Parts: sequence; structure tokens; C-alpha cells
Amino acid sequence: MKLIFRGVRGSIPTPGPGTVKYGGNTTCIEIRTASNELIILDAGTGIHALAQRLNPRETVNAHIFITHTHWDHIQGLPFFMPIFMPNNLINIYGGIDPVTNEGIQRSMGVQLQYSFFPIREAELKAKLNYHTLLPGKTVSVGEARITPTLLNHPVLNFGYRIDCDGQSLFFTGDYEPVYNIYSPEDPDHDEYQSYVEAKLAEVAQAMSDVDALIVDASYTDEEYRSKQGWGHGTYRSALSMAAQAHAKKLFLTHHDPCRSDRQLDRIHQQLQQENRDAPFDILMAREGIEYTL
Amino acid sequence: MHIDELVTLVEKMPAFPNSVQRVVELASDINSSGKDIVVVIESDPVMTVKILKAINSPFYGLPRKINSIQRAVVHIGINTIKNMALSVAAIGVLKPHNKAGFDTGKFLLHSLMTAAICKKLGETMGVPQNELSDYYVAGLLHDFGKVVFAEFKAEAFKQSLQKSAEQQLPLHHCENEFIGIDHSQAGALLAEKWAFDASLVEAINHHHTPPQSSLLTQCLFVANQVSKQLGIGDAGNPIVEAFPEAVSAHFGMDLNEVIESLGDLSTLKSEALSFIH
Repeated sequence: MKLIFRGVRGSIPTPGPGTVKYGGNTTCIEIRTASNELIILDAGTGIHALAQRLNPRETVNAHIFITHTHWDHIQGLPFFMPIFMPNNLINIYGGIDPVTNEGIQRSMGVQLQYSFFPIREAELKAKLNYHTLLPGKTVSVGEARITPTLLNHPVLNFGYRIDCDGQSLFFTGDYEPVYNIYSPEDPDHDEYQSYVEAKLAEVAQAMSDVDALIVDASYTDEEYRSKQGWGHGTYRSALSMAAQAHAKKLFLTHHDPCRSDRQLDRIHQQLQQENRDAPFDILMAREGIEYTL
Repeated sequence: MHIDELVTLVEKMPAFPNSVQRVVELASDINSSGKDIVVVIESDPVMTVKILKAINSPFYGLPRKINSIQRAVVHIGINTIKNMALSVAAIGVLKPHNKAGFDTGKFLLHSLMTAAICKKLGETMGVPQNELSDYYVAGLLHDFGKVVFAEFKAEAFKQSLQKSAEQQLPLHHCENEFIGIDHSQAGALLAEKWAFDASLVEAINHHHTPPQSSLLTQCLFVANQVSKQLGIGDAGNPIVEAFPEAVSAHFGMDLNEVIESLGDLSTLKSEALSFIH
């Protein structure tokens, strides 16, 4: 499998001189299998850059897996140029929102209204297929097998594991490892803790032994203290996840929009120094760089 | 009364006034804590069933069924649970008095007391801590069928309540006569339809006729009798039932001895009352 980050920012696109190296687009990851299937994880603004790289003379058969429906993960969908061309087939996958009880088609339907966008869904030229995924139920795209896992975020969020060509990767989407909402002296603490541990073990199992683990690592420990419950992880939680999962490479992504290239370099350097013995590579996700697993 | 009709009706079912107010307050406060919202949902049978119903639906394909709100929070996150509670709250408020003459405030107190006592009984019977929330939820939801009847089968339920009071008959017998189904069957049908855990379905279904095998159902039976005997809350059934053989064998005590063994219940009572007022 080949892996190219097309968007690595969390929350909001951040173009400008301070974000040239790592990139300023919101989350989008391009995966190419050995038989050249196109799998896309999330449709942040980075999906526009991805579309620019596609050969306009070839028909597109894309499989877009949406982790969750927050803006920074779907905002690029209406700007994914292949949806406007006839003969293209665009498959969009996602979960059911328990609040609305609606599937992933809602995210496109909501965005493509005249109040928000000049073109309606009915006017798109490509063939769009929506697929509702269930946690733990694997779907296939060519040789690739994709398995969703429910992960904690302030909206339904799937982490995706992809197994293909004898390799594997796991992308968390936006993920804050679940924590105990009770204090130790609270009578409900121990019972809740047993649920938390069971859930963390389930997540570790879902990402076990992957060649690449791509994790939402938005905060330092210090920043996290005031941002607990916002739905994002830390550099530290990403490192411990990679260790537990026996991952070979750890990609840190969902860079905070206020973080400059220089700050990201510094954090990366520090993490590498402090974790020299880590049995996995620590990498900062960077737009446009291709990795072969 | 057909199960599909019941299911459709419950979709429209409003929640209890105090929990609606608290959910709206907590949702307006960005600093509100997750455990506060859990407490509110756990004190409202309507919110609890609706959230458990959603989380146990095949969409989440969970390896084991979820019987408690806390477990639901760990799986789909506190914000989603808060959002779901808010959408239940938006449907409206159960009226304290309805056409059936059923007092939903007293009903809620009975449900909360039965829930707390059932959990306490489970604890004394050595049930592991991570299963005690199932005991609480069984107590909270055991009479859920009654609140559905009061809302949507008001006339027939009113007749059942009247006959039960006047002739000192078990309410579920009168429900069978006037509605054609009793509240334990209605509650169990709903719980089954929503794919709740089999032990919870059984406990709701047999809370007047506990089988030999299920400790949960037996604890629920006893908790229900204790609540009625102490007269804390009222769910419309005037009859305190004798312990069947299976229950006596398991507990080795009669009702008054069980009450004595539970000790001072005033804290449980004041906690339950605090949810209502």
C-alpha cells in the first residue's frame, strides 16, 4: 500500500508562510493499493489537492471512508472534482448518527443545498453510492479489507483499519482515548473504570500489529489539561497507543491550526529524543509526501 | 395491543419534567460534567430506554448488549449521549397527571426506589460490581409499560387502576382484563424489540413471577415488594405480593426481615426525591 497525506490539519485550513512544510489542509489521506484501488480516508479540504493529481482523462472509481461528520473531515466533499464528471463512480462510506438516525448521505445532502453551495446533489454528474458501515464489520474494496471501530469523539467516529497486500494501517480519525468521568473517591469510579479498560483493550486489539498507525495527536500534555473532553488525543497518548499496538510506524496528525512548521519540527525533535528506544518510527504527517508501507 | 403500535407510541413519548429541565440546563453549560448528565438520564426511565434502544440497535453491532447508561457513554461518547438526551428532552414533558389519573411523579419515585433497592440487594447477594448497574436499570424500567399505558391507553388503564384499588386486586390482572396485555408483558415486548440484553427482558417480563434461575429477576421482585411495603412512591398496584418459593429459598428471609437487613433507606429515599423535585 502507498500512503499520501493530502491534509493534516485539525479544525480549520491554515494556509500561510508558517504552514508550508507540513501543509495547511484539513484531514484527507490517500491510499493506493498494489492493484491501484483508490481509497480515501476523510474528505477535509485536502481532498481537493488529491483530485488535482488525478488524470482527468481517466474515469475515477473512488472509495471515500468518512470517520465522522465534523466540518474539517467533510468540507472537501463538494470540491472533489470527480463528482462533477459523468462516468465516475464515487463510493462514500460512514456510520449512522445515533442522534439523527441518518447515514453518511446526510453530510453531502446538508452541504449541497443552494443556501450553502451553488450545486445540488441531484445535479452531480458522477454516480454516487452511499454505504452504511457497522462497527467491526469488514467491507472489501478490491483486495483491501476495511474494518471500522467506534472511537470516542464528541460525535460518532470510526477508526479504520485497512488490511491489503500483506500490509496494514489504522487511522483513528479524531480520537480522544476514553477516560473515567468519575473521581477515584466516587462510588461509580471502579465500575466505570472496568468499562474504560475493556474499551481501550478493544481499541488496542483493532490496531494491533499495524505497519502504520495514524493518530490524532493534537495536544501537548500541558495543553490537554484545559482541553480534556474536546475529543482529541495528545502526543503522549499516541505514543502509548503505538507501543501497545506494536505498530511499526507512528504518524502524528491533526496538527493544531495554531502550530507553525517550526513548532511542529521542535515537537518532533523532542519526541524523537525522548523516545529513542521506541520500537517504532515517529513521524509527523506531512502533506504530499508519499510513503510505501 | 400490538407490539408495532407500542413501539411507534414510545417514539413519541416525552420524558419526565425534572430531567428535561436538567438536561436543557446542563446542555447550556459548556462546563457541565459528564457524570451530571449520566445521573439525570439514569433517573428517567424514558430517557434511559430511548438511549439504550439506540445503542443496542444493530447499527452499533456491539459484541454484548448494553444495559447501562455508563456503558453507553464509554461506547459512543458523552457528547453523543448528551445530544441524544437533548433530543428526547425536545419532544416535551410528561404531564404529572394524565387522563388515566396516574400520578407520574409517584410512579417515578417508585421506579427510582425499586432501582436503588434492587442494586443494593444485588450487592448484598455478591453480584460483581460491574453488573450492579444492570440491577439498577432493571428496577428503573420494570414498570415502564405502565407509563406507556397511562400516556396512550389512558381510558383502559384508568379502569384497571380503579378496579385494582377498589377490589384490592393485583394491577397486572386488571390490565389484562381491560387492555389485553399487562405492563410487564408490554415492557418486555418493547425491551425485546429493542434488542436489550436477554436477562433484562426476562426481569421485566417476570417481575411478578420470578423464575428459579434468575437472581436478577428475584432481586427485582423483592425490591418491588419492599418499595410497595414501605409506601415510598406509588405505581398503582396496592398489593404487596408474598414471596414465591424460589425467592424465599434464595433469600432465606421474609419481607420484613429483608427490609430490616437493608438498614436505613432514608439516604436512598432522599436521593430519589431529589431527582423529582
